[in-house]
Amino acid sequence: MSFETHKFNSHIAVPENLVYAKTPLMNDKPLSYCPGCGHGTIHRLIMETVEELDILEDTIGIAPVGCSVLAYEFMGTDVQQAAHGRACALATGISRLYPDKYVFTYQGDGDLAAIGTAETIHACNRGENIVIIFVNNGIYGMTGGQMAPTTLPGMKTSTSPFGREQKDAGYPLKMTELVAHLPGTYYVTRQSVHTPVNVRKAKKAIKKAFELTRHKKGVSFVELVSNCNSGWKMTPVDANKWMEENMFPFYPLGDIKVPSK
Amino acid sequence: MDKNVRLMKGNEALAEAAILAGCDGYFGYPITPQSEIMEYLMAEQPMHRTGMVVLQAESEIASINMVYGGAGAGKRVMTSSSSPGISLMQEGISYLAGAELPCVIVNVVRGGPGLGTIQPAQSDYFQSVKGGGHGDYKMITLAPFSVQEMADFVALGFDLAFKYRIPVMILSDGAIGQMMEKVVLPVQRPRWTEQEIREMSPWATVGRTKDRHNNIITSLNLKSDVQEEHNRQLQAKYKTIIENEVRYEESYCEDAEVILIAYGTSARICQKAVDIARHQGIKLGLLRPISLFPFPEAALIKYAEKVKGFLSVEMSAGQMVEDIRLVVEGKTKVAHYGRMGGIVPTTDEIIENVKNLIN
Repeated sequence: MSFETHKFNSHIAVPENLVYAKTPLMNDKPLSYCPGCGHGTIHRLIMETVEELDILEDTIGIAPVGCSVLAYEFMGTDVQQAAHGRACALATGISRLYPDKYVFTYQGDGDLAAIGTAETIHACNRGENIVIIFVNNGIYGMTGGQMAPTTLPGMKTSTSPFGREQKDAGYPLKMTELVAHLPGTYYVTRQSVHTPVNVRKAKKAIKKAFELTRHKKGVSFVELVSNCNSGWKMTPVDANKWMEENMFPFYPLGDIKVPSK
Repeated sequence: MDKNVRLMKGNEALAEAAILAGCDGYFGYPITPQSEIMEYLMAEQPMHRTGMVVLQAESEIASINMVYGGAGAGKRVMTSSSSPGISLMQEGISYLAGAELPCVIVNVVRGGPGLGTIQPAQSDYFQSVKGGGHGDYKMITLAPFSVQEMADFVALGFDLAFKYRIPVMILSDGAIGQMMEKVVLPVQRPRWTEQEIREMSPWATVGRTKDRHNNIITSLNLKSDVQEEHNRQLQAKYKTIIENEVRYEESYCEDAEVILIAYGTSARICQKAVDIARHQGIKLGLLRPISLFPFPEAALIKYAEKVKGFLSVEMSAGQMVEDIRLVVEGKTKVAHYGRMGGIVPTTDEIIENVKNLIN
């Protein structure tokens, strides 16, 4: 690794028997996320990617509005925090003005698939040379567990207390399949981070997404299905089990669009 | 020929001036009566002249947020629109003000409310000088009254925007945007290199170097005391701007019995009205605010105790007149004459109102 840990975390004592540590680019701050939430893991995977590709000086992230609004507190890259839903527009502005930089957005399902639908679709349709990290937990976490566009049918939230009814609230929006149809997307995949195996697959996908921006062929779009154990009112273990049984059948994991060789 | 003299529409002159100002990026969405700005830029292909990016966005909301991204990365970026589009941008402008990002926003005003009319108006004074979006903030607001000023205010706008890290609004109107006049174009300014941006704007998110912590562009402060302190700093900045950046022009004010206060298209009509009135023996003057924020308060106070009254002439139901009344604090009469819906006031109407004010 080209990164030097001590430069960033010089004040942290390193024990002799260290077997696992925070990656250097994760800032030395306690995460604001609930225990069992996927955000911390996903943050880390992105920072590991930036370290491994040695692209810190050319990487700019965009934080959303939602649980990860404070992503810039934890991720050590330069970060702009966007108005709700507008991350893809910010990323477009930066990427057009710095075409050789690595620009990524980090967005939840309310941000990307509800209020930011237009910005997302059009950035994907223009084929912006950006990475979109889309964390889908089927709920608005930060505001206290309201129904999201990705909330499953029948799923109870604070604004669908009797379960999401399609006749009133419509259908869950599969943004990832939707953007995969657009010629402006280059790589589209859906992953999760709830088991070590899935974390490794997600890491591979995120790293691939960043590497592919070098081709300047369009958007790399990585959805990560994640639990919101607080919002779903379950233990982390139960939430992961529920996610496997209910979310994955509706949001199946795997690559949806890969660049042809 | 030494000078680059052209006959141009106001919108076109502004677009050309943007290229010449070393602007890095324009992001916009079509709306009448300012579509010539993006049309001119697209046809001119500044990418081949200076490397300037021009992008048609999917909405004004996207445009202003592309501006936010570019501004946050230290670039000279701008957008333009007309009234309904500016309303859509207000969220983004509030974020730009909160995050203290420099940019130029052009409003070629048309009549409202709602879809209103495509004809010129000055009914966006409030949403320009009072903030417009949520929160306590201001934009420097410059009001051109000629094609020449449409061109000149772009570079000035960028200079002020970067000097104070603040969004600058060029508040024009459909008449100034559409009319053709002689214009002397400025000389080409170079665009900044990435190294220059890193040195001049060390706060910009250009990519973190290993000798510094990560740069963050945000308007979020969840701790109340931090947010209050941030607001105090913003207010202190606005105070500095009020002390240093007032711009106005006066004519025939020294001996005037009545002074017209007008900007933009209204000021042009008022210039003529002053000429006619003086020929009729009426001591009429004109004070033309060029910066609407900061407002030329001292000049108004200076004349408030000398004149029989001020007449605010606006293509609105009376917006700037409220600020004049706040400044004058009852020291003299303050009247308003305005037309709406895209109708421009005539010199006869103005002089009639001056006579009413005197009597």
